[in-house]
Amino acid sequence: MFAQNDTITALSTPTGEGAIGIIRLSGPKSIDIVDDLFKGKNLRKQGANTIHFGSLFSPKGDFLDEVLVSLFRAPKSYTGEDIVEISCHGSAYILTQVLDAMIQSGARLANPGEFTMRAFLNGKMDLAQAEAVADLIASQNQAAHAMAINQLKGGISEEMVRLREKLIEFASLIELELDFGEEDVEFADRQQLLTLLEDTTLKIKGLLDSFQLGNAIKKGVHTVIVGRPNAGKSTLLNSLLQEERAIVSDIPGTTRDTIQERLNINGVEFRLIDTAGIREATDTIEAIGIERTFAEVDKSSIILYIFDAAHLSAKEVAQDIEMLAKKNNAILLVANKMDLVKDKATIYHSDAYPILHISAKAKTDTEQIKSGLYGMIASSNIDPSAPIISNVRHLEALQNALNSLATVKEGLEVGLSGDLIALDIRTTIHHLGEVTGSISTDDLLDSIFRNFCIGK
Amino acid sequence: MFQEYDVIVVGAGHAGSEAAVAAANLGSKVLLVTMNMETIAKMSCNPAMGGVAKGQIVREIDALGGYSGIVTDHTMIQFRMLNLSKGPAMWSPRAQSDRMKFSWKWRLMLEAHPNIDFWQEMVVGILAKDGRAYGVKTSLGLEIKAKKVILTNGTFLNGIIHIGEKALGGGRASEKASKGITEQLVNLGFESGRMKTGTPPRVDGRTLDYDRMTIQLGDENPAKFSYTDTPKLVNQTPCYITYTSAEVHDTLREGFERSPMFAGRIQGVGPRYCPSIEDKVERFSGRDRHQLFVEPEGAETHEVYVNGFSSSLPEDVQFKALRQIAGFENAKMFRPGYAIEYDYFPPTQLKLTLETRLIKNLYFAGQINGTTGYEEAAAQGLMAGYNAHLAIQEEAPFILKRSEAYIGVLIDDLITKGTDEPYRMFTSRAEYRILLRQDNADLRLTPKADALGVMNMDERMKKVREKEQAIVEIGNFLKETSVAPVDIASYLESLNSAPLTQKMKIHKVLLRPHVQVSGLRQNLPELDKMLSQFHPEAVDSAEIAIKYKGYIQKEQEMVDKINRLERVRLPEELDYLEVNSLSAEAREKLQKIRPENIGQASRISGVSPADISVLLVLMGR
Repeated sequence: MFAQNDTITALSTPTGEGAIGIIRLSGPKSIDIVDDLFKGKNLRKQGANTIHFGSLFSPKGDFLDEVLVSLFRAPKSYTGEDIVEISCHGSAYILTQVLDAMIQSGARLANPGEFTMRAFLNGKMDLAQAEAVADLIASQNQAAHAMAINQLKGGISEEMVRLREKLIEFASLIELELDFGEEDVEFADRQQLLTLLEDTTLKIKGLLDSFQLGNAIKKGVHTVIVGRPNAGKSTLLNSLLQEERAIVSDIPGTTRDTIQERLNINGVEFRLIDTAGIREATDTIEAIGIERTFAEVDKSSIILYIFDAAHLSAKEVAQDIEMLAKKNNAILLVANKMDLVKDKATIYHSDAYPILHISAKAKTDTEQIKSGLYGMIASSNIDPSAPIISNVRHLEALQNALNSLATVKEGLEVGLSGDLIALDIRTTIHHLGEVTGSISTDDLLDSIFRNFCIGK
Repeated sequence: MFQEYDVIVVGAGHAGSEAAVAAANLGSKVLLVTMNMETIAKMSCNPAMGGVAKGQIVREIDALGGYSGIVTDHTMIQFRMLNLSKGPAMWSPRAQSDRMKFSWKWRLMLEAHPNIDFWQEMVVGILAKDGRAYGVKTSLGLEIKAKKVILTNGTFLNGIIHIGEKALGGGRASEKASKGITEQLVNLGFESGRMKTGTPPRVDGRTLDYDRMTIQLGDENPAKFSYTDTPKLVNQTPCYITYTSAEVHDTLREGFERSPMFAGRIQGVGPRYCPSIEDKVERFSGRDRHQLFVEPEGAETHEVYVNGFSSSLPEDVQFKALRQIAGFENAKMFRPGYAIEYDYFPPTQLKLTLETRLIKNLYFAGQINGTTGYEEAAAQGLMAGYNAHLAIQEEAPFILKRSEAYIGVLIDDLITKGTDEPYRMFTSRAEYRILLRQDNADLRLTPKADALGVMNMDERMKKVREKEQAIVEIGNFLKETSVAPVDIASYLESLNSAPLTQKMKIHKVLLRPHVQVSGLRQNLPELDKMLSQFHPEAVDSAEIAIKYKGYIQKEQEMVDKINRLERVRLPEELDYLEVNSLSAEAREKLQKIRPENIGQASRISGVSPADISVLLVLMGR
């Protein structure tokens, strides 16, 4: 009756040729199916977590390959079901034949993500963890990998537990007043509530901030290179990418975007976007180019603003920065062509933004820029080892929660009646329920009865 | 000696009385069996009806055609609308009742009903065969037959009363306990448990010094519980507030070693929100005083109820401690407080109709289901009564949703979550309390009762239609009529609200925080004239509908969302133990509670959102 009572199979290593390839089966018939086609030990009688060498045949009896078979028995397996992994030689032909053999013997080709879904359905992991698995598989760099591992281990959940406690405290104080207004207990005053609300808001904001980093780590940090014409944007990009190119072009089938380049610095991936120079619109076509530049600026996490230190006055630089800074992103300033500057005191400087001084032609200067870019990530006010929100579902929930918390605050400030404030809090709790786990009335009442003497 | 009845109701407390009325009002022939006809609808504990959340329930019972609201209106001696500053969803009517008159009025109303017969005797068991109940057996050995049996035994099943080191069998002070029913039901396969509750001492009001206490008066303009034309309360009796002291607590502590609670002689679970005074002293030892409400038991009697001083300490300790309370120095005690332990049946064994899953035709209502409170009991009685009748007629059951009534919340909580301590209603238990207000119980529920075919609903329905019409008319008037800045300048200033700069429609002004119709009409004769042609309750409802429109809509949207889950039905034969993907706890709970839909499943404690995803996948969503 239930979909997950059948046995699924799939190729678990990438398609294409490799030294070995692995076919995986999960479900109640996994062991039977493989054992029927396997010549070697009787797999049905073998224990959990064992590996066996033998020959594999098609249902018609044709020899397919010499294989290693790994057995995992329910519930101690990834999916919580019986699992068999067949390690074959990595030829695409053999792998297809083996997969066919499994399907002919009663296994069903798994849907994308179905192994993980079964693990979730069998209670082997919660939703956040299941999502982390998807991220882990897709992770393309070291930082994304570390983040997915952290989430998989339940890192997010711990931070959420603390957030949840704060919310329970807050909501139960409101409920106390509503249900036990006749009791002789001390009610929280508005100021106390506002302080507690502020705490909660900060916690959520912290998590939201971490999303920007989390998402950046997962997808690459969106970095836009901006500057006036001839500031040295293209030269900079080229020298930054010099050593990367060999690696990138090694991957077959990689489509090279002409304006977007990937750069890996200390395990964090940056996506570099070159733009048309700003301040050069003398006709409509150029104007379109500038419009595009600002569209890119809007999307970016980091703005790398480069200027010709020898030719651009401090005032002009300040104008550019003022225009860019409105966009509310992190800005890294790069003063280029330092070797041509006569009076270093006249160069633009600011305490608000980090500034690097380079002469684009010197090799060492690209290293300086790389560590400058990496520093933008590392210096953001997020502890890199802290749990990070990297999931859009969580982001949405947190953002909705933040919005309804703002309504709560507004209500408290204008003196809205308790019934309505409570509804807004419930909305907050409802949104966060997805990430914190649900908060029930019983949780609130427990908190009230624990902390206040109720009962006349 | 007896005809075959449609419905036998066992027990005539608040649940039993409402159950009898409900079935009878739909046309069933009802026999009400009670151990003592002198104690019909007796208030065993405090002489009051309503309160926060409970008041809303009484309004709902009334809107559905029950009698609790009518009886309360006829016999109250003080009325207060609680929580007036907390917003209309929190307004909660509460009445101080005349204990003896309340019981008397109930009896007269039951006697007046042509479909209700009475029999005074103890029921010792139900008649059951092949998983179906068909009547009851009494202590005289009589067998009385009926199509449906509703058990409302309150605290009487194997009741034990504790006062200090003495333990006496009894269902209330000086009333004997009921034996036999629990044992039979357990033999039939029911699970039973033990609960505990308590009541404070009663004293002679003539021996109290009220000058040492704070007076608490009723509302200047008292409202009512019933939507019908019950009499308006004229003469109100005050209550008083006083406090215990460190000295009182010391005296109580001297008796702790003789306390049945602390000595472990009481095993039943008591309510956390209604602790005994010794519990409060023990658990909140940092507090040097606790509030007490001194409540009259009636307009004429001198007996007084000491609310907040519930105790099962020995009577001499109670007496000594009482006399140390401010105003109680010369108090004479009429009756000591006591604790009572009784059997209950975890309500997860019931369907949403309150019929048991194990024995067909058998219904439970009231404290037998682990609840506490007259209002909670009465509400269950009413619903069991209606459903018993509907089942006889093979009509669709009458089930209220959580978004429709506190009664819906109450029954869904009981059936879905069960309860470990005596269950009392709190507004926080309701998800949609902006919708479930005391001012609109009639609009929400009276048409439903009318559709069921409850007798004598014509007058009620006429009032509902008039009120609906009034709300529309008032709403239109407020939307169409403008107010000049000068007319309400002083009113807005008194609220610290910005003055109007130009003419504005009244309903827009009303949307401002703190602005109320009552304040506006004092300054706008035209508005006052228009509104005075309507019932004050209709004006309230119209005001709320405008002022809270945004929030009402918000809750309505939430209701619609959750209703989508409620519509995904779970098959009755589904074997949850076979669904490996559910957590072990969810499997066990779902198997036991057997929710009717995924919405209900989502409210079961131990069923996580992941389990709900599993159920949705199973149901092909």
